[in-house]
Amino acid sequence: MVERVQPGDTLHPGRPSTVGRYGIGARINHWVTAFSLILLVLSGLALFYPSLFFLTGLFGGGQNTRAVHPWIGVLLFISFFILFAQLWKANLPRRDDRVWLSKIKDVIAGHEENLPELGKYNAGQKFIFWGMSFLILVLIGSGLLIWEQYFAPYSSIPTRRVAVLVHAIAAVLIICVFILHVYAAFWTRGTLRAMTRGSVTAGWAWRHHRKWLREIVGQRKIGPAE
Amino acid sequence: MTNAWTDIKNTDLVVVMGGNAAEAHPCGFKWVTEAKAQRGAKLIVVDPRYTRTASVADFYAPIRQGTDIAFLLGVINYCIKNDKVQWEYTKAFTNASYIVKDGYAYSDGLFTGYDEEKRDYDRSSWDYVMGEDGFAVTDPTLQHPRCVWNLLKEHVSAYTPEMVERICGTPRDKFLRVAQMISECSSPTKTMTSMYALGWTQHSHGAQNIRAMAMLQLILGNIGVRGGGMNALRGHSNIQGLTDLGLMSHLLTGYLNMPTEKETDFETYMSSRQFRPLRPGQTSYWQNYRKFMVSFQKSMWGDAARADNGWAYDYLPKLDVPAYDVLRVFELMNSGRVNGYICQGFNPVLAFPNRGKVTSALSKLKFLITMDPLETETARFWENHGEYNDIATRSINTEVFQLPTTCFAEEEGSLTNSGRWLQWHWQGGSPPGEAKHDTWIMAQIFLRIRELYRKEGGPFPDPILNLSWNYHDPNEPEPEELAKEINGRALTDLRDPADPNRVLVPAGKLVTNFSQLRDDGSTACGCWIYSGCFNEAGNNMARRDNHDPDDTGAYLGWTFAWPLNRRTLYNRASADLQGKPWDPSRKLLEWDGTKWTGYDVPDIAPNARPDQVMPFIMNQEGVSRLFSRGLMRDGPFPSHMEPFESPVANVFNPRMRGNPVARIFQSDVAQFGTSDEFPFAATSYRLTEHFHYWTKHNRVNAALQPEFFVEISEELAALRGVVNGGWVRVWSKRGSVKAKAVVTKRIRPLTCDGKVVHVVGIPLHWGFVGAAKKGFGPNSLSPFVGEANIETPSYKAFLVNLEPTTAPGVQS
Amino acid sequence: MSDSPRTAVSNPPVQPMASNLGQGDLIRRSATDELPPPQRQLTPVAKLIDVSKCIGCKACQSACVEWNDTTPAVGENVGAYTNPHDLTENMFTLMRFTEWVNPSTDNLEWLIRKDGCMHCADPGCLKACPAPGAIVQYTNGIVDFIHENCIGCGYCVKGCPFNIPRISKADHRAYKCTLCSDRVAVGQGPACAKACPTQAIVFGTKEDMKRHAEGRIADLKSRGYANAGLYDPPGVGGTHVMYVLHHNDQPHIYAGLPDDPKISAVVQTWKGLTKYVGLAAMGFMAAGSLIHGVFTRPNRVSREDEENAEKLVKTGGAEPPPPAEERA
Repeated sequence: MVERVQPGDTLHPGRPSTVGRYGIGARINHWVTAFSLILLVLSGLALFYPSLFFLTGLFGGGQNTRAVHPWIGVLLFISFFILFAQLWKANLPRRDDRVWLSKIKDVIAGHEENLPELGKYNAGQKFIFWGMSFLILVLIGSGLLIWEQYFAPYSSIPTRRVAVLVHAIAAVLIICVFILHVYAAFWTRGTLRAMTRGSVTAGWAWRHHRKWLREIVGQRKIGPAE
Repeated sequence: MTNAWTDIKNTDLVVVMGGNAAEAHPCGFKWVTEAKAQRGAKLIVVDPRYTRTASVADFYAPIRQGTDIAFLLGVINYCIKNDKVQWEYTKAFTNASYIVKDGYAYSDGLFTGYDEEKRDYDRSSWDYVMGEDGFAVTDPTLQHPRCVWNLLKEHVSAYTPEMVERICGTPRDKFLRVAQMISECSSPTKTMTSMYALGWTQHSHGAQNIRAMAMLQLILGNIGVRGGGMNALRGHSNIQGLTDLGLMSHLLTGYLNMPTEKETDFETYMSSRQFRPLRPGQTSYWQNYRKFMVSFQKSMWGDAARADNGWAYDYLPKLDVPAYDVLRVFELMNSGRVNGYICQGFNPVLAFPNRGKVTSALSKLKFLITMDPLETETARFWENHGEYNDIATRSINTEVFQLPTTCFAEEEGSLTNSGRWLQWHWQGGSPPGEAKHDTWIMAQIFLRIRELYRKEGGPFPDPILNLSWNYHDPNEPEPEELAKEINGRALTDLRDPADPNRVLVPAGKLVTNFSQLRDDGSTACGCWIYSGCFNEAGNNMARRDNHDPDDTGAYLGWTFAWPLNRRTLYNRASADLQGKPWDPSRKLLEWDGTKWTGYDVPDIAPNARPDQVMPFIMNQEGVSRLFSRGLMRDGPFPSHMEPFESPVANVFNPRMRGNPVARIFQSDVAQFGTSDEFPFAATSYRLTEHFHYWTKHNRVNAALQPEFFVEISEELAALRGVVNGGWVRVWSKRGSVKAKAVVTKRIRPLTCDGKVVHVVGIPLHWGFVGAAKKGFGPNSLSPFVGEANIETPSYKAFLVNLEPTTAPGVQS
Repeated sequence: MSDSPRTAVSNPPVQPMASNLGQGDLIRRSATDELPPPQRQLTPVAKLIDVSKCIGCKACQSACVEWNDTTPAVGENVGAYTNPHDLTENMFTLMRFTEWVNPSTDNLEWLIRKDGCMHCADPGCLKACPAPGAIVQYTNGIVDFIHENCIGCGYCVKGCPFNIPRISKADHRAYKCTLCSDRVAVGQGPACAKACPTQAIVFGTKEDMKRHAEGRIADLKSRGYANAGLYDPPGVGGTHVMYVLHHNDQPHIYAGLPDDPKISAVVQTWKGLTKYVGLAAMGFMAAGSLIHGVFTRPNRVSREDEENAEKLVKTGGAEPPPPAEERA
């Protein structure tokens, strides 16, 4: 069965009506992942750009930064992939995504009215989801190879050279994806509460994910009012 | 060494055979690299293994261990055949022209006079024809068929390149290349040095190995010259000092002999030591024997040694056997005839052959005292270490006393190096814990024993009660006091025999050197050859003047070399019969018309004319001996002898086993293996990372070479299914060891007498105490056989078998 | 202050000396863009290792352990003379033994090479290092690890073309041969050179060492080593540890000595292009977002959206749902 609505997505009629978008578990995972990523970015950039080396001060110096960065990476990996398990089905591509993408100018300009009705995620969100998934896999893989303390003996130096380069490129890319994700969340007002309170207003759902809203309403998945 | 380490830089060709100088003497080896770098000298290595020395050699030739005599006689044969002889030198400075008695002959690998029952030769025919004038008969033209030269020529003629290849396994072309390179040094302006060590001495025919090379060096004119010589590389820094000071059962100090029980009084003892010159006008320096002997006795017993008691000759022990060497002592111990043993500064459990027998012997002692700065396997022989020392501790009743001593850096004194340099050193650190200087320990034992004799008497307490013990602190003689005692002093005013009013040395003063010693009891000297080391000029061993005029490498102002600060022995031979140096660019001495001048202390009287007094004054002949008369038990010429355990039979006489006159104990005969049962030829050696059994205690050395191994060829590894780095068991008729296998291209199988001979190399640095991994030593396997003349155990050639195995168990 | 020492064989003075190497002597400092120019130019030094004179005695290894006070573990024999089996944080130099049969003579040659830091003029480790001041290069050519600044990331390992640095498992810092910078700073040569019994290791100014090498090479050529030569690889700008090799045409036979070492292109890309392109990409992303934010109105939910939504909620989806979707 094609899944549009996920198990926790319920309607809470009220003023305004709200729609549950993320359960408490997903939100915790999201924020653990998010904070991990921020810490990884800070520590990673400190080790990548000499001018940012001062950022190691946030972690108690270079040695601690070097020591903690891979562990945060492991944490992010675990946390993200729990999230992944919850969200991957809703992020499978659909035909609408192509339409949406073809109207990317309207997306950027905010002309939502020109876009098709969408399910729980639009193609941009899916891109971020899959981009993150892929890059995190690359980062954890390459990161393990260059995790000097435990894994250095298991690969050759030329392999590790490639790994460190791949790690750097993947890190740059994930930062770009991250910026896009954060900016989009801010720009699309009303989005943040999905990850704080777990719900969005029905209006927000109508505007951005109408098909999803219709589905929920249609399924009469009604939870207690807030 | 006839020459000094520093002299090696003067050579044109270095032959390392019977040793592995780069490995075992890396610091001295610098002089070889100097000669190579500065003079363009060449380096030849002849060894069963491609060694560290071979890695920097110009030419390497393989040889089967124990066959060096055949190789060297082959080179002598090559030189004679190709007229590569320094004729003037050979004729003048060797006994080539001496006529030998008619009785002497050689056939089937044996010389005249062999008695199989006694395992000894009647050596009476091995001598010169003596003239009616009392001097040896010579033929300077070398035409006489019985002259030494012609006998030598005939003797070595059997050793053709083909024969060398057959015996030694050295490919003919490689042998010829070596022979050709060596033969070029017959030129008076080219010299070769021989650097050897235990690879020659530790055979049942060790002395003859060395003689063969010495003879070669003599006919090439390379003895007594700069960059030449026979250079024995001593293992311990002071092992030269050990023999010099007579720490061998058959020696007193300075190579004076311990009397035998047949020599019942002093005059009898002296009668065989008159050393009358065998040629007119020659100097026979041992004619001074009596002076050295009397001075030694005065040094030992002072006023108790008087003319009327034969200089206390009775106080000396008398030998009832040729020597109480270590093999004999452990044989006696093993048969329950030794009660107690003081083991000072060595480790028999790892050092002596047939470890099983050594351990069994120690187990039969009532008490064992060990004196050592380090923990030794000997002190722990009773302790069970699983397979590494599989012993039933409860069955042993030997009481062991471990006395910790100091190491070289914790004491003051002198060390004698291979070049006979007595180098003084100063205490660098304090001894740890309860460690005491050996001198303190020996003094305490002596004082207590003397007290017991004083109180309780005994059959003959005189030698103990009368022993000179005039030290500032009787509890611990000081190193300088001992050095002065060794140097010798005047006991009464020494007057000039030509002018009795002139006092040469006032009573109580130190003698300048041994030329002032007298046989009338007016001088005392602990070791005549060392005399001059600490005289009224001060401690000459502490001199550190490194000036070297004209870069000869002599360094006369650096410490003191015995004898008389002479740096190159037989240095008079560096000049021709007119006293002109053979090679002006390498002048050592020169006759200026009235006296010898030059860079070294002359080896003959400074005013002895070059055409009269020959250089080898320690020989009665005044010349060197190509034919050694009856002075060696196993032949006047070297001849090929196989090891007692050999993969092939002696090609000259298949019935002959080993050296026919080497002493073997009946109990050991049953423990000789044959090549049917033990097909592989083993040899033992040292590694540069370690010093004997000491440095395994040091974590640095232990890290650099951590674990016992044996080295085998890729071919043998394939034959036995051994993998590199895997465990192998190696066993002989006497014992078994487990080792890691190092499979190497540096050892190759040899073909000897049509048979493939696989060599197994066994280094010797591991035991069951220390920082390194526990291991074994080759002495678990090696046979209980001594050298025929000097009883040095034969560690270098024996038979083993080998198979893959698993790691040894630590618990039994 | 005095210049670089000229030899390793002199004995030290008895009185204490101040270090001759300071911050003013640095020409490179890891992860530091604006290093002040050095206050003076010291004479470049070099260690010359004459492989043809080396007897593999490992005196250099023990001198190194003694001087640097390291504690290499007592390992096991794995069928080789090379012990420890590799460079470690406790073993900065290592004799590597290779048994090589010369195909042209069919003779065995036992090649023994003292491995250790080459002190490249263009050091890959320093290039890769992210920690400011953890790796420095002095005007005399010595490349040194300053351990208090080291963070243990292992980037130097990737940067080095010779596989030299080792990261300690105990303190997570990188270790390698310092060319005895602490000895050189007080006028002494490296401990290994001082200990070498055959003077196979010599030390002095780089010019002197090159001259010394010429003599050695001439000697080797006279002994039949036609390809004898000096190993001073230009790919890393030359090195301050050089070898005299009998077979300089094939350095790799000496236990894998690189034939033509240079800093890996991957490392160059990582520490070069990636940095700039990455910065550009991230900057572009951030700037793009910013510009978008400024020039585009936020995407807000309109009153109409809200009303429509509430309507939908009320009708309970009575409105027919859109046609069922299929997966793309």
